[in-house]
Amino acid sequence: MLPTLGGRIQTRIILLAIVGGIVTAIITPFLPLQGAPLSVAYKTTFLILAAVIVVGIVWEFIYHFIMQWRWEKDWPTFFGLATLINEGVVIWLLLHFNLIPGIPGGSQNVPTSAFVIDFLAVWIVFWLWVNGPMRVFNIRWRFFGGRLV
Amino acid sequence: MSDRPTELPGSIDPSMPGTIIRERPRAAAGPVAEQGAAPGSGDLTEELLKSDQWTDDMLARAGIPVGDVSLVSIGGGIGSFVTVDYLRVAGASTDRIKVLSNLDFPWQTYEYLTRVSQIPRSARIRSDSASRPDNLWGFPSYALTEAWQEKNWRELWHVFAEPMWADFYTPKAGRVFQGMERESKRIGWDQMLVKGQVRMVRKRQGGGYFIILTPKAGATPTKRVAYRAEYVHLAVGYPGLRYLKELQDFRTEHQDFYHVVSAYEEHEHIYEAARTKPITVMLRGGGIVASRVLQRLMDDRETYHLQTQIVHLFRTFIDGPHSPAEQKIRPWSKRPGSNGFAYQGFNYPKSVWGGQLKAEMRRLEGEQRLTKYKQMGGTNTPWRRNWQAAMAKGRREGWYRILQGTVDDMKLADGKIVSMAKTQNGPLELAADYIIDCTGLEADITEHRVLKDLLDHSGVGRNPYGRLDVERTFMLRGTQSGPGVMYASGATTLGGYFPGVDTFLGLQVAAQEICDDLARRGFCHKIGTFRSFSQWMKWARNKQP
Repeated sequence: MLPTLGGRIQTRIILLAIVGGIVTAIITPFLPLQGAPLSVAYKTTFLILAAVIVVGIVWEFIYHFIMQWRWEKDWPTFFGLATLINEGVVIWLLLHFNLIPGIPGGSQNVPTSAFVIDFLAVWIVFWLWVNGPMRVFNIRWRFFGGRLV
Repeated sequence: MSDRPTELPGSIDPSMPGTIIRERPRAAAGPVAEQGAAPGSGDLTEELLKSDQWTDDMLARAGIPVGDVSLVSIGGGIGSFVTVDYLRVAGASTDRIKVLSNLDFPWQTYEYLTRVSQIPRSARIRSDSASRPDNLWGFPSYALTEAWQEKNWRELWHVFAEPMWADFYTPKAGRVFQGMERESKRIGWDQMLVKGQVRMVRKRQGGGYFIILTPKAGATPTKRVAYRAEYVHLAVGYPGLRYLKELQDFRTEHQDFYHVVSAYEEHEHIYEAARTKPITVMLRGGGIVASRVLQRLMDDRETYHLQTQIVHLFRTFIDGPHSPAEQKIRPWSKRPGSNGFAYQGFNYPKSVWGGQLKAEMRRLEGEQRLTKYKQMGGTNTPWRRNWQAAMAKGRREGWYRILQGTVDDMKLADGKIVSMAKTQNGPLELAADYIIDCTGLEADITEHRVLKDLLDHSGVGRNPYGRLDVERTFMLRGTQSGPGVMYASGATTLGGYFPGVDTFLGLQVAAQEICDDLARRGFCHKIGTFRSFSQWMKWARNKQP
């Protein structure tokens, strides 16, 4: 990927909301959320998605900074996948310490297994999307550093 | 004045396409002013040659037949192909576009140049997986397609691991050409192609342009035909090939075109000679061409158990990380290098094709832009593990010598060519049986007659780099003619707001800008989400746009 700072942030906010939203909508009913009612489950998973987006904006600044040390000023495909580790850990920690406002019943209602499946599913689908079919729907996105507007 | 580009005397390569213009030898007489032909003769009259703007009457008086078409693309190579491909996807029908070219198919010049510089169809070119001239979306990428079609799933791992644990994936030349063949049929390329040599483009009074084409002798009743078009796209390719001065002088003086060659001309005889006896080959240049020629020499050495000696002379010898055009290394601008070479995945740092460098260059003007170009410039080659291993072996065993230096003079002695090199350690005499010039320096844009004419008569300017001055939309500055507009893309526009022009993806970036500008002017539709998807589906099913 060849992102600019503005493009990274736009992709993070807009694309992750859309693609992540679709994935979240589909998998939430199947997550092991200890029999929570669907409305609670959806509220939880969408709040996690929102957290990934908001916290992600900070991460994008950090990735942009790291990228400056690369001669090619590129963000290799692998990095896009590998960063699920640091981001996942941070979101899990925020969950664990009840720092994501609005999660129904607090973080004890979100088993780690549910979180991991949810997070991985969204991340992997998003990563596959931006490294593949996205180009079919928006021909300008990849030439403008990931900007959508 | 002949229409055919001047050839170097005694050049041994009859198969070189006419699109490759070689520099006229210095000894040739100065340019002869072209004489106008008689009125009504179907050729260019004095009136036409002298006038900056033409009227329909002038052409009628000259007896040159005029055809009308909405858009003309001049060049007919990959630049024209990619732009016309975009326009077809954007909804322009084949009857509104003409491609004026002396090529039979768009990749003809490119295939010739890659073949002689030692990249046959089975070898990989230096281009990214998602840079597909035959597919403007870049999806599925070459890697994905190769993995799927050849069941070579390792290539998927390749693009996953690049560039950290694998060299950058690059497609095979053959795959690229086959893809372009399929796409050219899909978009009806042959319906739009008109064969001939374009002589000039001039503005038309009242708007639009006239393009003069010289078809093959005897193909038409008149020597010249003209097209009247509202939009012109220029993609004529590299202005020309040039040899290093000392090599040029040697060839001319000794009339020897056999022992001193350019890597961009057929030189198989050198590899054949290497198989018959031990020879010493000198290489000049530190880029991808030098690497490919070196690979061929090293591979043959291995395969046929040869004793070839290779002397590699680098004008700029890079022996460690460096910041191009800087005195000391800047941490955010550090490019790797070793053993003479500077290493970079592709022709330019990757972010020129859509990332940070593209955005930065787009904002710069004049001197600042030139500085930025210099900071990413300098000849370079990709890091490929197999090359590194072979070169290391050569250095260890002593048959591959690397040196820094330039050559002042060359002479013949004992049947060998001796170069008087000026190195950082003092003067050195280097003897070789053959010398291969892998520098491929490009000539000035005025070497190309159409471009020279535009500079002289149509208000075209030069950018800070010396090439054609274009806007961010690739519109040629100064050439608007009523509602008519001229665009240029490719190597002739290097030095503008977009750095990667002479590349597949660069041509597509330009094509996209041109297509969007033309959509604003009503020539075609803008390729939005729905059109993009539906057109991609057509591409996938190999259906006409």
